[in-house]
Amino acid sequence: MPDSGLLSVIIWLPVLAGLLIAGLARSAAAARWACLGVSLLQWIPGAMLWRAFLPDGGYQFVERHPWIERFNVEYYLGVDGIALALILLTLLLTPAAVAAGWRAIDRRTGLYYGALLIQQGLMLGVFCSLDSLLFYVFWEFMLAPMFLIIGVWGGERRIYATVKFFLFTFLGSVFMLVALVYLYLKSGSYAIPDLHSQPLSLREQQWLFFGFLAAFAVKVPMWPVHTWLPDAHVEAPTGGSVILAAILLKMGGFGLLRFGLPVTPDAAAQFAPLVVGLSLVAIVYIALVALAQRDLKKLIAYSSVAHMGFVTLGMFIPLAGAGAGDEALLALGMGGGMLQMISHGFISAALFMCVGVLYDRAHTRQIGDFGGVANTMPIFAVLLVLFALANAGLPGTSGFIGEFLVILAAFRAEPLVALGAGTILILGAAYSLYMIKRVVFGEVANDKVAALKDLDLRELAALGSMALLVVALGLYPDPLVELMEPSLDALARQVVAGKAGAL
Amino acid sequence: MRHEAILLAPLCASLLVALGCRVLPRMLAHGLPIAAVGASALLSTWALADQIGGQPVAVKLFDWLSLGGLELSFGLLIDRLSALMMCVVTWVSLAVHVYTVRYMRDDPGYARFFALISFFTAAMLLLVMADNFMQLFVGWEAVGLASYLLIGFWFKRPSANFASLKAFLVNRIGDLGLLLGIGLIAGAAGTLDYAEVFAGAGPLAAREVMVWPGISWPALDLGCVLLFVGAMGKSAQMPLHIWLPDSMEGPTPISALIHAATMVTAGVFMAARMSPLFEHSPLALSMVLAVGATTALATGLVAMVQQDIKRVVAWSTLSQLGYMMAGIGVSAYSVAIYHLFTHAFFKALLFLAAGAVIVALHHQQDIRRMGGLCRRMPITYATALVGGLALAGVPGTAGFFSKDALITAVSRADGPLGAYAGWCLLLGVAVTAFYTARLLLIVFHGEPQEQALSSASAGSSRSSSGSAGPASLEPVGAWMLAPLVFLAVPSLLIGWFTFSPVVLGDYFGGSIVNLPGGSPGGGNLSQGTLDFFVHGLYSPVFLLALLGGAAAWALYIWRPRWRERAGSVLRWPVRTLTLGYGFDMFVERAVIPATRGMARGAAEQADSRFIDGLLVNGLARAVRWGSGAMRRLQTGLLYHYAFVMVTAICLLIAWVVLVLD
Repeated sequence: MPDSGLLSVIIWLPVLAGLLIAGLARSAAAARWACLGVSLLQWIPGAMLWRAFLPDGGYQFVERHPWIERFNVEYYLGVDGIALALILLTLLLTPAAVAAGWRAIDRRTGLYYGALLIQQGLMLGVFCSLDSLLFYVFWEFMLAPMFLIIGVWGGERRIYATVKFFLFTFLGSVFMLVALVYLYLKSGSYAIPDLHSQPLSLREQQWLFFGFLAAFAVKVPMWPVHTWLPDAHVEAPTGGSVILAAILLKMGGFGLLRFGLPVTPDAAAQFAPLVVGLSLVAIVYIALVALAQRDLKKLIAYSSVAHMGFVTLGMFIPLAGAGAGDEALLALGMGGGMLQMISHGFISAALFMCVGVLYDRAHTRQIGDFGGVANTMPIFAVLLVLFALANAGLPGTSGFIGEFLVILAAFRAEPLVALGAGTILILGAAYSLYMIKRVVFGEVANDKVAALKDLDLRELAALGSMALLVVALGLYPDPLVELMEPSLDALARQVVAGKAGAL
Repeated sequence: MRHEAILLAPLCASLLVALGCRVLPRMLAHGLPIAAVGASALLSTWALADQIGGQPVAVKLFDWLSLGGLELSFGLLIDRLSALMMCVVTWVSLAVHVYTVRYMRDDPGYARFFALISFFTAAMLLLVMADNFMQLFVGWEAVGLASYLLIGFWFKRPSANFASLKAFLVNRIGDLGLLLGIGLIAGAAGTLDYAEVFAGAGPLAAREVMVWPGISWPALDLGCVLLFVGAMGKSAQMPLHIWLPDSMEGPTPISALIHAATMVTAGVFMAARMSPLFEHSPLALSMVLAVGATTALATGLVAMVQQDIKRVVAWSTLSQLGYMMAGIGVSAYSVAIYHLFTHAFFKALLFLAAGAVIVALHHQQDIRRMGGLCRRMPITYATALVGGLALAGVPGTAGFFSKDALITAVSRADGPLGAYAGWCLLLGVAVTAFYTARLLLIVFHGEPQEQALSSASAGSSRSSSGSAGPASLEPVGAWMLAPLVFLAVPSLLIGWFTFSPVVLGDYFGGSIVNLPGGSPGGGNLSQGTLDFFVHGLYSPVFLLALLGGAAAWALYIWRPRWRERAGSVLRWPVRTLTLGYGFDMFVERAVIPATRGMARGAAEQADSRFIDGLLVNGLARAVRWGSGAMRRLQTGLLYHYAFVMVTAICLLIAWVVLVLD
């Protein structure tokens, strides 16, 4: 069903609802329930999208209307399998983010829950945009609600964190804007499919690629432009951390698949060794940094950076080594990267929610303040151990698939890179389980731990559903992969074909 | 369906007990898993009976994913190799389940324990029945998870938490090798399906993998070495053996099931499963032989000086795993698997007997506080004696048939490495007999040596504060004794029925591949079972065993004085052995501090000071000092930022449009 308006509904419904809640909600309870209701209501159009989607590699549910005719900017929406997978991730996770702040947010609740919904709508807009300027508008506006969430409900150093977050991401995206405008001047169109087919010389591609990389590397985040992330997470309220880690970070990988690889394929191949090198640094070095953290949120934030290293590694290693020009290998690597993104969405969200559970009770996030939590919170302990193991890439959980596929792809391209990336097997287990050893196991460490109460029903529902998703995806990823595969194959063909030769 | 049930029964029981661990009555908490594992054992036996004279069965379970030309799925492969292994796993698991009813009777984590050992059984079956490399890895990690959770079962004890983390991380080093080996096979063969990979082993052997620009290695040499690194982790070969002695922190039933009979033999099983690949790589086989033989002797020596009853048996397990690996190294896959098979029974038996002693003595594990138990625990004594005789390889016992066949097979290997391995295994026989006899004599004969302990600290990590007076034996009961008897029967007798078909005959058929022209492996060892037995009675191997046993008797019963003399003369060797050659010390004093230092350095210096402090905040500071207008940026008023940003965008767009157009 083309042009059914489903994508517009899914974008603007939460934005409108968010504005209404922010403006009208009189009581905290009303804001909470309304927000939860809308985020669950969104599952209906989401399910309709999933059911009606035909995985054929093309864009579907296309809506195309002129917007700013003078510059040929259009309101142009459509999704392929890659975007749809991330849309479903966003829809599934938003209610969990809502539940995470249920008690902890006690002032200006209307504004908070409104911002959360607006955030969702804008993020969905990014995934749905097929016009690059529309993409850019969503991309920039998406910062605003997160900026508010951290800036208003954040911790003590929230101003520093928000400014840093804003400056980093904003500086990066300005370069993307320049690249987009250049492409418009060259091709006369902002439509993404047009940009994909626009022939470009290698020299042009090089400049454009760096424009895109600047924007997306900050969002991923790649080493060394990652330092905004731990600060933002530490200051953000739990719900903000969930959205930030689980969905906002995926924008970077999505952008690389939408722009970096297909618009500038030859430059991407040329600079692939650079990106692979940075990814390896992120995996090995950041995993070591994570090992030394004393703050639970910082540990998870650094672990996120290390795991996102697998995303960029999977996308670029097939272009770098002996396997360059192999479409199947590129599809494998990109697919591994996508699965890693989706899995990381669930796992990092769950881990941040777990930290939130502890913080709501004990008002501390220092690992040293806990110990023996399993004695007082057995159900919570089981779930936290599960998520930590998933974070360490245990088979049977979603955390395994992406790492497994990326390492397979890396070995085919460059065995030594696979060895470097494979150290996550050891380091990832080290920082995850060392944390578990100190927080969960042992005798009850102090009075604070002795006073902890196990999960209530709301928390159990939120964390339990995350656990089910993590395990279900780990055991049976086939439906998700089938959704994405034709789009990945098409994209791989496009990238491998290159475009410098066309000139 | 019955093949799927073998795997699903323990898995479902585990899930049910785990979910209902707070509400289930005790009867169901152990009843469900025991029934499920019992059913699984019967069905496995049925499957084994089918395999004798039948064809391998392949059962497809479901597609996992397919991407980029790689198709991954879950499926079961039941051939003679996996059927035998399934029987070992399920029957030993059943014995351990029954034993646990009494052993864990008073533990608050009763249901949790049953859920975990059933889960382990299912995971081990998943590994054994795998029909592709991906599923092998999944099972491999799942048994590792079970091991991690069970070693740390008593999660309040710091030593248990340390041991479980250590086990997981050391295993992960091996897992990295396995994963890379799988990556190599996926890349070179384009599939992870056993049947397809093995069928293409010949062409695969001719391929090369570029590991560095300009440097290529034969694909199967590299692949098999990587796979073996995985086996070294799980099967605790030196130097990745360090986790196994510490794993004794877990409850004794799992030491018997996981850390003696089944999981730790997964590496041996995997190598035998990969025989079509290993046969093409003499390099990898040499490495297996060297590591296996070294492990066999070196860890056996350490077992001679241990004072904790479980650690004696644990070091002995390491040594026996070395024997099996050495067998793999000379292409005697069937003999190695046969030793795995007999070892599973007699080693599980020894652990469970040790557990009975520990319970009877109120959780005393230090053998120096034990003694003279042979009259007071006759059944335990008799069964432990059977296990000990089998371990020492006394002719007629199950251990004799498998170990003598192994030693004969290895002694045929040629070259200096073959000679080295042959001597290691041969000396290992005397060592094995010595530590086995020492253990049995101290625990069941002799007097408790408590006076000797007045100065020495207890080696046991779980020594109870009160000394176990001889008057106060805790009764162990039928739930614990029945599994001992059940395991003692095969430990004593099973060699007579199985030696001829498995070792002399062609039981394994196509499930194990020996290339013609390769090393002789296990072929043509003897004319027949009786012949092998008679020959064993007069062989130097038995003589060595007798010597080892006699030495133990002399030092611990006949002339204890000699022991003190020997101890003072051999002070340094004994100390080296007590320290386990210093591997643990090296890890604790070098590896952990170095890692910690690197992590701190990366976090505090590189990330916080350099990137964030110097580059990011430094840039901000530079901008602030450099420009008066920019100073306003740092006022903290957010809308100033927004204003500047918007202006900047507008200027930028204007510039791009005007200049570039």
